[in-house]
Amino acid sequence: MRKYTPKDNLQKKSYYTDRFWVAPRVPKEMVEEGSHFDDVVKALSEVSEIKESAIELGQLRVVINPTDNFKVLEALKERCGYKMMSEMSAVDYLAKDGEFEVFYQMLNLDEAKRVRVVCRIQRDEAVESVVSLFKSANFAEREMFDMFGIKANNHPFLKRIIMPDDWEGHPLLKTYPLQGDETASWYEVDKIFGKEYRDIIGPENRDPSKVDRYDGQRFSRVGYEVPFGTEIDPENEEENPIAYSETFMVDYTTGTETLSRRK
Amino acid sequence: MQVTNKLTPFFENLNFERDDNSMVINFGPQHPSAHGQLRLVLELEGELVKKAYPDIGYLHRGVEKMAENMTYNEFLPTTDRLDYMAATSNNYAYALSVERLLGVEVPRRAMVIRTMLLELNRIISHLFFIATHALDVGAMSVFLYAFREREFAMDLMEDYCGARLTHSAVRIGGVPLDLPPRWLTDLSKFCTKVSYEIEHTYEALLTENRIWKMRLEDVGVLTQEDAISWGCTGIMLRGSGIKYDIRKEEPYELYGELDFDIPISDKCDSYGRYALYMEEMRQSVRILRQLIPMHSKTEPKLMAHAPQYISAPKEEIMTQNYALMQHFVLVTQGMRPPVGEVYAPTESPKGELGFYIKSEGEPYAYRLKCRAPSFFHTGLLQEILVGTYIADVVTIIGSTNIVFGEVDR
Amino acid sequence: MAQHQVNYASSAGLPIALTSVDKLVNWGRSNSLWPLTYGLACCAIEMMASGASRYDFDRMGTIFRASPRQADVMILAGTLSKKHAEFARRLYDQMSEPKWVISMGSCANTGGMFNTYATVQGVDRIVPVDIYLPGCAPRPETLQYAMMMLQKKIRRESADMKKNVKQRII
Repeated sequence: MRKYTPKDNLQKKSYYTDRFWVAPRVPKEMVEEGSHFDDVVKALSEVSEIKESAIELGQLRVVINPTDNFKVLEALKERCGYKMMSEMSAVDYLAKDGEFEVFYQMLNLDEAKRVRVVCRIQRDEAVESVVSLFKSANFAEREMFDMFGIKANNHPFLKRIIMPDDWEGHPLLKTYPLQGDETASWYEVDKIFGKEYRDIIGPENRDPSKVDRYDGQRFSRVGYEVPFGTEIDPENEEENPIAYSETFMVDYTTGTETLSRRK
Repeated sequence: MQVTNKLTPFFENLNFERDDNSMVINFGPQHPSAHGQLRLVLELEGELVKKAYPDIGYLHRGVEKMAENMTYNEFLPTTDRLDYMAATSNNYAYALSVERLLGVEVPRRAMVIRTMLLELNRIISHLFFIATHALDVGAMSVFLYAFREREFAMDLMEDYCGARLTHSAVRIGGVPLDLPPRWLTDLSKFCTKVSYEIEHTYEALLTENRIWKMRLEDVGVLTQEDAISWGCTGIMLRGSGIKYDIRKEEPYELYGELDFDIPISDKCDSYGRYALYMEEMRQSVRILRQLIPMHSKTEPKLMAHAPQYISAPKEEIMTQNYALMQHFVLVTQGMRPPVGEVYAPTESPKGELGFYIKSEGEPYAYRLKCRAPSFFHTGLLQEILVGTYIADVVTIIGSTNIVFGEVDR
Repeated sequence: MAQHQVNYASSAGLPIALTSVDKLVNWGRSNSLWPLTYGLACCAIEMMASGASRYDFDRMGTIFRASPRQADVMILAGTLSKKHAEFARRLYDQMSEPKWVISMGSCANTGGMFNTYATVQGVDRIVPVDIYLPGCAPRPETLQYAMMMLQKKIRRESADMKKNVKQRII
């Protein structure tokens, strides 16, 4: 019986995990009273509900409801001075929890502090676009839609940005194979030559260690080499055995001098 | 709808024949302006650009999905190919994120070597910028001069790690190799040469050049609000007058101890940015000169000591049994970092390069997102190109210094 | 003077003249190969470096031309993604005969380290390739060696470029 591979998560799994091993976690610190992050948390909790907030590795991480993302980011921008959105993307947790985790990485230029705003959305939910607050979300949300299929409401131009416009599937989902599904593997052949050429060109070679059985022999006549342009007569071929040069044979037993020179 | 075949051109959704006087031009994915595969669809009114739509994705290689299927150490050479101009800065940004996630501390000598490599990569990238920017604008001889200096820098990199372009010169936890014997003397010779050349070749040819000034001044004006809103970082931000450099504000490696200035320009146009690139090269040379004597004062330890995550040095692996066993497990199975997420921003020559890594304790990252500065600078193009002439389009694309390995990943 | 008349139609006749036309044409073609600037990714940087000051490409008579109509060789340097494949083929079709293709770097040869959904696994799925260059990124000297190999190949072929090899893609 072949091993059961789960279809909802095609990511590579480790072949061995110790049964009793518990992974450590990144240290979480509580927000101190009176610090900058404390003001941020207070300002945000007035605007919406904060599910959890902690400082991890010097950056504040705030978990909110997905419906509040616009309000929270607006509060961060107007009241706390986080004027730049460095990054925005999603993480696919559909196999584990059935949710996506969307995060926004914010930067405060005056204080040089960073905040990550995290929210969890269900499979078919959409997030509110924050393009009116941060123009960098224009491309970032398009990329999120392209890679995950998460739509952003009120985005001016939500179209595929990185994959071709007629691509089927959202590549970064865990259900999408790394090497692409059927339409992906024939995409360029279909586009340029048409479906008839699939047989002529043949399938892709995705095996990095593929070696033709007669690789070294069929195109070169190993052992029967002749100069370029000679007429080859299949019956009367002269054998030209490979001669190993004597100088390449190093005697390691008495080579103490060479070893010390090599250091 | 047209049917595609080998010769009939086919562009989706674009109506090329228009009734009014505007013309739609496709600045296709292959063009001689050496910036890679950017497709810009420009709607022109005569020579004035009315609308610009950048189309990217022509170099998408699925790097982020690859990271989910490779161990952390295996993925390091792939990061080389993101910003292929200055490969070590990507390697370093990735290694920094993983090191922050693991909580390991890198030994001092490794920090010195890494900072030297980072600054050398900054010089390499800026030389390439000036070469291609000048080539696009028309000053073709600067291309050859800059590549001459770049060859010396790449010789240095090749002496150190063996490769000219795709270095993989740092590892998670340190550096794999110590500096070769005469590297530091070569580096100081290179520093003198570059600082001489910056002043006497590039600046002498370009800075006071009337044509260069006419082509670059007031072209690609980026206001402060726009720069912050579009997520511009690095020289795009400093060219608009905002003093933010991650090396000073959120220092990593040895930047906290080194003495260097952050040039800013309040001109907001391409000429200001060009001047900043020149000045940053000078500051990089200054940093390198400070780092050269620091190398001999450190003890010769190159990789961090964290046996759970990082292999021992080669001498120990070859002689001690447990080191060999642990190395075997770490190479075949991969290291398992703590559960959590990290975002570590670094100042690459292009801007803020950061890796967001989310790990679930598996040897493969659960999600890796590369925050590429050029991605957001390309988004900026759709706003900044409106109202310029078509000759300025090339200047602006060059001035934003985009690299398509990063944009498309 | 009449003794020095050379009769071109007899024994030193037309077939020999054709061969030297072959050689002449091939000499002309091989010594001034104009590449199409088709730098896609990191290999493009090495291609530029090979055309720059230290590894001068101009000494082989190559001038990088941007327009496919004026180019002879298409040096595909870098990863070809599936989105771009269509344009690579279109540019190849727009080049006029005689044309050759050099595939530079691992990504162009076989897809390279990017064994993913978005990479064409080898440019020879799209265009017929004459010379394959291994390396990641190949050194500029390798590219020049490949160009020299291509020159040798051109000099070997007949001038009307009739290929006796059955090809998958023309």
